[in-house]
Amino acid sequence: MSPSRRTVVDVASAVANGSLSAVAVLEENLAAITARETEIHAFNLVTVDQARERATQIDTDVRAGKTVGRLAGVTIALKDNMCTRGVETTCSSKILAGWKPPYDATVVRRLADEGAVFVGKTNLDEFAMGSSTENSAFGPTRNPLDTSRVPGGSSGGSAAAVAAGFATASLGSDTGGSIRQPAALCGLVGVKPTYGMVSRQGLVAFGSSLDQIGPITTTVADAALLMEVIAGHDPLDSTSLPQPAPSLAGELGKGVQGMRIGRITDMPAGSSPDVLAQLEAAFDALRNAGATVVDVRMPSMLYGLTAYYLVAPAEASSNLARFDGVRFGVRVDAKDVNSMYGATRAAGFGDEVKRRIMLGTYALSAGYYDAYYGKALKVRRLIADDFATAYAKCDVILTPTSPTVAFKFGDKTSNPLAMYLCDVFTIPTNLAGHAAMSVPFGTGEAGLPVGVQILAPALGEAPMFRVAGELERAR
Amino acid sequence: MPEAISRETVEKVARLARLALNDAEVTRMTQQLAGMLEHFRDVDALDLSNVEPLNQPIPLTNVLRDDVVAPSLDRDEVLASAPAAQDGRFRVPPIVGFEE
Repeated sequence: MSPSRRTVVDVASAVANGSLSAVAVLEENLAAITARETEIHAFNLVTVDQARERATQIDTDVRAGKTVGRLAGVTIALKDNMCTRGVETTCSSKILAGWKPPYDATVVRRLADEGAVFVGKTNLDEFAMGSSTENSAFGPTRNPLDTSRVPGGSSGGSAAAVAAGFATASLGSDTGGSIRQPAALCGLVGVKPTYGMVSRQGLVAFGSSLDQIGPITTTVADAALLMEVIAGHDPLDSTSLPQPAPSLAGELGKGVQGMRIGRITDMPAGSSPDVLAQLEAAFDALRNAGATVVDVRMPSMLYGLTAYYLVAPAEASSNLARFDGVRFGVRVDAKDVNSMYGATRAAGFGDEVKRRIMLGTYALSAGYYDAYYGKALKVRRLIADDFATAYAKCDVILTPTSPTVAFKFGDKTSNPLAMYLCDVFTIPTNLAGHAAMSVPFGTGEAGLPVGVQILAPALGEAPMFRVAGELERAR
Repeated sequence: MPEAISRETVEKVARLARLALNDAEVTRMTQQLAGMLEHFRDVDALDLSNVEPLNQPIPLTNVLRDDVVAPSLDRDEVLASAPAAQDGRFRVPPIVGFEE
């Protein structure tokens, strides 16, 4: 297998100057899909006809000397929880089968405006609830690097699509690590932007105070370019930060001379030795490049996991109330409306989604609110306070992205708590609303990629990308 | 902290969540929710008495758009993807005349 590993930056410039055709790029992806998609199952839907039409149009525009966008001919796979007008959007759930959104998500519109070509909608854990893509109602996605293993999740299809050469880059969504962990397990770059940096309009909501959309790419420069396109204020998302997209591409070459890199001395245990060895190598590389490594403490980190698995289900139980058999997808008919709701939701949702709706509904119900949800929000404050103390001493913090490399199918499905532990290093960022990204750095068990996570404070994308650029050079 | 969750509580929560769970699901859910709530007791190790809850990470308040007429979604396109529609509206089963 030698999938096309063209980069976003190369495709965009070559297509724009006419030295490469958008159709040729797309056909390489479609050939890879034909060869391996049956085995990988990265997609819920491949939009072949629309993609060919779009790529042809871009080539025509280039030949006619028209201005093409910053992503001319760049093939993109979209996680199937992002609305695409007239194109089925399922969240990998039976309850949305057949639903065609009446509008495009803001990120979809922004990519299209810059000349991107959409290849299809990628598989995910149902409603983004999971860390392995095994919770999809349409079957799991396989890791292209080793098909006996998971690609991570919940954006497993988006990561697998890029790793297998089915698209130049993809978008995922990250509520507790769902972009960074699959990127790490598939050897890719994955970015969770600061909360409010990228519009959530048209992203099917899971945990509204936690969700962010971000890119999954093969290089740091590709991630920077996609961020510059999708970020920036959107009046259609009331949580969107009122500021323009950051300028990031220029950060990558700046180096890390004089930067302070935080090392968490009380990091939760349980990471495998191969992952910890690469983390140490990453610290060494940054030190060699002129950065200083400083010790910081995050005593609340492990409790973040506990708080998250109350806060996220609580928000999900409220958000998923809209799937009631009235406006979208499927309905199970019954004699009255309440029975119809109950039957539709029982038939339409999978086990993990039901479990989280039940936990969230319980945690928010009368008599239990203070004991559970109220306490979880206080833990959330502790996390933010711990980060504030740490960032007084350092610019960014390095951790593993995932405690292990890609694991085998079924390894964690029988025990929800074991699966949740995959996210111990990624969750605190979402609770605090900060920025973070995963960068591939070396390999571990079975030659599989290890991801190093760079944590940064809110709006700390610029220093985060500086460090990412250095790690990419050093690896 | 409340006691481990009972089967009756799980059934009540399922009604609140509009999830018609079958008997096997109620049994499994009772056991799994108890496990998760037990896990949540970890936070009892923390002193939270003087901690303010953090509801949202980035405080933006009263975000409103200008009060001007703007295009909205096309009604026929919205209804085309609904399970049932009639006369330009969503059609639902009877909502009155049935007791739970």
